[in-house]
Amino acid sequence: MLKNIRAFFDARSVLEVETPLLSHYATTDPHLDSLSSCFREQACYLNTSPEYAMKRLLADKPQAIYQICKAFRDDESGSQHNPEFTLLEWYRPGYDMQQLMAELAELVVNVFSDSAITPVFEYLSYQQAFEKVTGLNPHRVSASECYRFALADGVEIPQGLTVADDVDDWLDWLLTQRVLPAFNKQGFTFLYDYPASQCALARVENNAEQFAVAKRFELFYAEVELANGFFELTDADEQLRRFQQENQRRLQAGKPAVDIDQRFIAALAHGMPSCSGVAVGLDRLLMVLSSSKRIEQVLSFSWPLA
Amino acid sequence: MATYSTNQFKNGLKIILDGDPCSITENNVVKPGKGQAFNKIKAKNLRTGRVLERTFKSTESVEAADVDEMNVEYLYSDGEAWHFMDPVSFDQYAADAVAVGDAVKWIKGQEVCVMTLWDGAPLVITPPNFVELAVAQTDPGLKGDTAQGATKPATLETGTEVKVPLFINEGDILKIDTRTGEYVSRA
Repeated sequence: MLKNIRAFFDARSVLEVETPLLSHYATTDPHLDSLSSCFREQACYLNTSPEYAMKRLLADKPQAIYQICKAFRDDESGSQHNPEFTLLEWYRPGYDMQQLMAELAELVVNVFSDSAITPVFEYLSYQQAFEKVTGLNPHRVSASECYRFALADGVEIPQGLTVADDVDDWLDWLLTQRVLPAFNKQGFTFLYDYPASQCALARVENNAEQFAVAKRFELFYAEVELANGFFELTDADEQLRRFQQENQRRLQAGKPAVDIDQRFIAALAHGMPSCSGVAVGLDRLLMVLSSSKRIEQVLSFSWPLA
Repeated sequence: MATYSTNQFKNGLKIILDGDPCSITENNVVKPGKGQAFNKIKAKNLRTGRVLERTFKSTESVEAADVDEMNVEYLYSDGEAWHFMDPVSFDQYAADAVAVGDAVKWIKGQEVCVMTLWDGAPLVITPPNFVELAVAQTDPGLKGDTAQGATKPATLETGTEVKVPLFINEGDILKIDTRTGEYVSRA
C-alpha cells in the first residue's frame, strides 16, 4: 500500500516531506489531547497530525507536498483507534475542496487496484445526509430538537449528554448512531460542507441556501472514518481567534488551555497559498483493504502490546 | 465518593451502574472525526452476572465501586449463612444464600473459593473451577449397555445431581467442572 501511495504522488510530482513529530506546542482542538514528553525538563508534545508543520512549509514555498508519518492522540484506544497511528497527509495549492476530494478518490482507486474491492463513491453534503435520515437540518437545529428526535426515534442517550450541551455534541452523537449506519455498507461516502461550528481549520462559506458551511469533508468506508480534509483557512487573525475559542471550550470541558502555536500563526500571517489539504488514516485504509474488523489486525503491536 | 472519569475506563474496572457494582468487560471509544467522543462500554453486573451496555459522553465521571476479590476457604454452613476464612489473616466472613448462589452445589468444606467483597461485605462466592466430590447415590449401570455417551443420574455428597457415565459406582470420587456443572473424570 505504501509503495502504491508513493508511486501515486511521485507520478503527480507531489514532493514527499518530513516534519517533526515532537513539537513545543500541543493542539488546541478541544476534542483531541496531545501526548506529552519532556526535553531537558521542558514539556514538549507529540503531534496529533503534521498539519501545522506542513502548513509552515507551504507558507515558505507554495508547492504540492505529502507526508506519511506517525501521529499520536491521548485517550484514543479501541477497536478503531490506537494512540499511535499512521497518517498520510497532503496539500494541494490552488485546489478547492471538490478537486481534492476527486484526487483522494483517485488515490483510493489506485490503492484498491489489485484488490477484490472495486471502490464506488457517494457524495453527500452533511445537510443532505442528516435530512435524509433524521429530517433535521443540522445548520439550524438546536440541542433540544436533537434530544426530542433521539427520544422519538429510540436513540440511546449517553450518560452526561444533555440539552445544555453544545448542539455539535448532539450532532456528533446522531451522526454515529443514525447517519453513518445509513451509508453504503460496501462503498465509500464523501461527507462534505460541515456545520460552520465544526470548521476546525477549514474556510467557512455560505452554501446555496445561505447557511454558513465549513468547507470540510470526510471520507468513510461504510461507517468507518478514513480521511478528513479542508479547503484551508489561510487567514491568520481568524485562525488565532478560532484557537482562542477552542481554548475557551477546553476550559469549559474541564481541560487545561494550551499554548497557541505562534510559529504556525506567524506562518499564516506571512502568507499561506490558497490550498486544500487532507489527512488519511492509513491503518484504517489498510483495515478496509484487508477486511479487518479491528485495528490491531493491521498493526504489528497495538497499544496494549506495544 | 470516589469516581472514575471515562478516560480511566479499562477492562476490569469496578464501577456502580444502577446501584450495583459492575466490572467493565469492554470499553470502546466512539469518536466522530474531530468531534465529541463517547465511551461505549459493556459491564458485568457482579451481583447478577448480567451484562449491561452503556454509553457515556467522554469526560463524564462514574461512581467507583469498592470491590475486592480474595481467596477464602469454605468452613461450614449453619443453615442461614455460609462461613469462609481468609487463610492469610484468619478473618472470617459470613455470606448469605444470595451471595453463595450456585456455589452451594459444589462445596462441602475446605475448598478455596474466590470471594468478591463489596464495601467489605461478601457479594459473590465463586467456587473453584474443578471440585472433587464423592457419589452418594447412583443406580448400578446395566450390564452390556455400552452405547457411546450413555449417562445416568448420580447424586453427589453435596446433594447435587449430575449426569455420569454408566460405569460410575457409589463411593467413586468424581472431578466436576463447576462452570458447566458437568462430570469430567474419575478423580
